[in-house]
Amino acid sequence: MNKTVQRLVVERKEIVNSDNFILSLKSPIPLVDVQAGQFLSINVEKSKDVFLRRPFSIHDVHYDNNTLDVLIKTVGPGSAALKDVEVGDEIDTIFPLGNSFSKPKKGEKVLLIGGGVGIAPMLYLAKILGPITSNINILLGSRKGEDQILLDRYSEVGNVLTTTEDGTVGEKGYVTDHSFMKNELENVDRIYCCGPEPMMKSIAKLAKEKQVACEVSLENMMGCGFGVCLCCVTDTQEGHKCVCSDGPIFNIEDLKW
Amino acid sequence: MVDLSVDLGNNLILDNPVLTASGTFGYGTEFDDFIDLNRLGGFVVKGTTLHHREGNAYPRMAETPSGMLNAVGLQNKGVKYFVDHIYPNLLKYQSKVIVNVSGSTIEDYVACTEYLEGLEGISAIELNISCPNVKEGGMAFGTSCASAEKVVEAVRKVYSKHLMVKLSPNVTDITEIAKSAEAGGADSVSLINTMLGMAIDAKSRKPLLSTVTGGLSGPAVKPIALRMVWQVANSIKIPVVGLGGIMNAEDAVEFMLAGASAVQLGTANFIDPQVTVKVVEGIASYLKEQNIGSSKELIGGLIL
Repeated sequence: MNKTVQRLVVERKEIVNSDNFILSLKSPIPLVDVQAGQFLSINVEKSKDVFLRRPFSIHDVHYDNNTLDVLIKTVGPGSAALKDVEVGDEIDTIFPLGNSFSKPKKGEKVLLIGGGVGIAPMLYLAKILGPITSNINILLGSRKGEDQILLDRYSEVGNVLTTTEDGTVGEKGYVTDHSFMKNELENVDRIYCCGPEPMMKSIAKLAKEKQVACEVSLENMMGCGFGVCLCCVTDTQEGHKCVCSDGPIFNIEDLKW
Repeated sequence: MVDLSVDLGNNLILDNPVLTASGTFGYGTEFDDFIDLNRLGGFVVKGTTLHHREGNAYPRMAETPSGMLNAVGLQNKGVKYFVDHIYPNLLKYQSKVIVNVSGSTIEDYVACTEYLEGLEGISAIELNISCPNVKEGGMAFGTSCASAEKVVEAVRKVYSKHLMVKLSPNVTDITEIAKSAEAGGADSVSLINTMLGMAIDAKSRKPLLSTVTGGLSGPAVKPIALRMVWQVANSIKIPVVGLGGIMNAEDAVEFMLAGASAVQLGTANFIDPQVTVKVVEGIASYLKEQNIGSSKELIGGLIL
């Protein structure tokens, strides 16, 4: 699982909605083994406004044609510049970076929770978990209905549950308000979670109350992405740890939350 | 075949003039996936202190135009941990290993250095008297001639191998501090450490760093670094190692023309973890193109 610097070719650009798009990036050589929860970093060469690389969760992996998918939300100059890349362009990447979600025991009931663009790593995670357990629930939360994206793809890999804050799709409220969280959380063996930190903290609190194992994928401003600049630390029981190299996946028991 | 080697004095001869800057290269091993570290002149490992330091609170980093601000605050597990757990892994490399040493008091610097004195695999120490991100000590030693000379002198007494002193740009006249380091017994000086800066989020009206101010690095500081290297190289007799915003071989050559005997690459490692090897190759290509036989001929070759 060595990290590599590679120029990947944009094979496909899919505009998902006004905020989100997917880049399918093809490697000229066979892909190294990528684990669910890992990320890649992109050098946004086309933008003069972006100095440092940008980290993105790996959304999907297709070993049959050596392609990595990245689901990106346009939030700043880096992601905006990436939206302008064209099919055939080369992208300077480093991958696979970071640790990965742990695997459940055979047949365990798992709950994958994604908030906003935090849904990105959950597709590949569900695919990896498929051969281990068929009991996969995927809870996707967003602010409004049009942000509920790619539901058909998630439905192929698990039982999809949704919430929106405006109530236009799925149950109304936050992911923590979903009836599954109220009625069935006790029967869940593991929660995997990625999204805004307040959301993950609320889920961690619930998981602790119900004594359900829970892992979260953290985000932080990164200087390097591979554990040398020590900028992206988070507080853990063992002191400051790098989100990029000790994480991004952390067991909630290890975090000072 | 060009000769890339440079001699920094006191038995520190590098196969080529390319080093890495402390704090941007971890302990080297983090780059094993990306490059053959033996192709570097050497690498300067993460700032090491006598005791464990947890570093500053986060956020510790802010991106700026042409650079970044950091406020890491010398997070490390202390010199004993370094010697017991990191040092053995460094022995596999043939390129020179330099340990960056920081402290809050002169006694700290001396005690930390004593741990490193007898280690065969360590070719030199870089005395960091210029870190802007710690409240006590650090940069304070590098902003006064008297204290700079005093700390260098104290460490010199307990360290016989090459002693490089890293200088702060956050001073009125860096040449005076360089002269003090030389007087204290330094074998070389490296400059510049980061420049003190700050960044503010206009919407929230809050600073972007937990410490409010932090160290600016990257291409934004290169012209200042180049100027200071040129000034210092013309003020002292010991070799100068240049750093500050070097992103490619041409930048490195410019620093050598300004008077640097070697260079360190810092922030560039974050953007391209293979940049150091590319700079080694780029300097070799430059020398061939210019029909120059040795990189030593570049040092101070600026035409005025």
